[in-house]
Amino acid sequence: MAVMTETGTASAVPLPAMKRRSPYPGWFFLPAAIIYGVLFLLPTVASLYFSLTRWNLFSSTFIGFDNFAQFLREPFLIKGLVNTVIYAVVTSGLKVVLGLLLAVLLTSQIAARGYLRSVVFFPVLVSTVGVGITFTVLMHPTQGMINEGLALLGIKGPGWLVDPNLALFSVALVDVWKGVGLATVIYIAGIVAIPKDYYEAARIDGATSFQNFLYITLPLCRPATVTVIILSFIGGLRTFDLIWAMTRGGPGFASDTVASVIYKQYQAGFYGLSTAGNVVLFILIAVLVVPLTMLLNRREGHE
Amino acid sequence: MSFVRRYWLGAVAILASGVVFLVPFAFIILTTFKDQKQSALRDFSWPDGNHLWSNILEVVTTRNWMLLTAFINSTILTVASVTLLVIFAAMVGFVLQRRKTRFNGLIEFLILAGLMIPPAVVPTIWLLQGIGLFGKLHGMILIEVAYGLPFSIILYRAFIATIPRELDEAAIIDGARPFDVFFRVILPLLWPVTVTNIVVQSVAVFNDFTNPLYYLPGNANATVQLTLYNFQSQFQTSYNLLFTNIALITIPPLLVFLFFNRQIVAGMTAGAVKG
Repeated sequence: MAVMTETGTASAVPLPAMKRRSPYPGWFFLPAAIIYGVLFLLPTVASLYFSLTRWNLFSSTFIGFDNFAQFLREPFLIKGLVNTVIYAVVTSGLKVVLGLLLAVLLTSQIAARGYLRSVVFFPVLVSTVGVGITFTVLMHPTQGMINEGLALLGIKGPGWLVDPNLALFSVALVDVWKGVGLATVIYIAGIVAIPKDYYEAARIDGATSFQNFLYITLPLCRPATVTVIILSFIGGLRTFDLIWAMTRGGPGFASDTVASVIYKQYQAGFYGLSTAGNVVLFILIAVLVVPLTMLLNRREGHE
Repeated sequence: MSFVRRYWLGAVAILASGVVFLVPFAFIILTTFKDQKQSALRDFSWPDGNHLWSNILEVVTTRNWMLLTAFINSTILTVASVTLLVIFAAMVGFVLQRRKTRFNGLIEFLILAGLMIPPAVVPTIWLLQGIGLFGKLHGMILIEVAYGLPFSIILYRAFIATIPRELDEAAIIDGARPFDVFFRVILPLLWPVTVTNIVVQSVAVFNDFTNPLYYLPGNANATVQLTLYNFQSQFQTSYNLLFTNIALITIPPLLVFLFFNRQIVAGMTAGAVKG
């Protein structure tokens, strides 16, 4: 009602008693804040407590840092931790290299540029589980299309997903296949934003296209590189659906990551341990990504 | 670049992209046309006869029309959560960009935290059970809103910065209430970024597998991504049905890709660079 009177009388007489209302009301934050606070922040804070308990949803017993100690003691849990870091490094590294190369290729005067951009980007939009299942079939050691294709070339293909030493990397390759389109698109945006004058000047100085790439494109699309690294690194650390669709962490625990451990412990009813896994993942992301961001951004400021 | 070299490079690129990116999709499509026996060979061959229709019929009707239920569930989930997401994120983005208070730093920190921190799974389930939303579609809708907010707010705030403040002030002088300033004056101007938001978040929610797996158990509530997971064991020997299922749930993202390619690329790169 107060609002009604304000609009009704404000134009006629300026009322000294009425403070000018801000046109940017604070309650606009409210719906988002409630949903985000209750469903995201509250569980995150609660996880800090529950990770220190033995817990079955109805009752929880405080056991101190036992869950975390277990994470650092059990070989299969350590394996998950190490795998997570390897996976994140491999996928983000490959996405940076391949994404940049594809972007350079797709911003050059190449034929069928639009078609190629679409083809590279489309897998980003496809269901991860669908991609995972498809590649599980394609990567079958004897009946899979990949190894049959390699056999035609006279190469004996490896047991992509059944070899314990290879399973994690095979999943990482599929992750790159699906995600490189996003890296490429980010790089294309970065490269297109570089002023053409630089290339013009380089051309007059007689630079080769490799020198163009090394001394103009690479340094000037640095913001894109930072974005791609951070984005795919966080994504790699958190990855769950692709691993679950392809190997379920197997064979054995060979391709387990922290995220798949969280799910397995949840299924097994070890809720405290599962939550500790969540906190471990949170710490892992904080410990690796925050310094990485600062490092990448600081170097950028120097140049 | 010389004419010959340009086309030579183009030809190589088309060939390589075909092998790497198109063959897997071609494999999916070819398999949807095969019968069970031929699909069991899992090879890249031309189907003997067209079994597409019977495959679709079988996939859709199996387990009591579960795929159909799942499509309805996924549609409700996507439409409802993206609608709420767009409105709430635009409201936050607007006030956050316009009003400088001492809370802005905290809010921005929370937004970045939301982009980085993985959701705490079991405590969330515990909380959802406490408020009676666990395993319910509306609970899932709110979860998707909560998880999608940071990204959408960032997109909106960046776009709102390009809209002059004079517009709000003019509306206020004309006697509009704050509510009307936003919903009648500002929100319509945000249409381009709203489209981007709708497209990017729809694809994300529709393709979400992990969150429904945790928070929405049960066959009656299955979303399309979960049907794939549920059918994986059932269809272990029926690759024709498994891949028909994959093909069917790929159609909505394909349509989005065909009609909104530009917006989705713009949204993903803009959001990424700002994030």
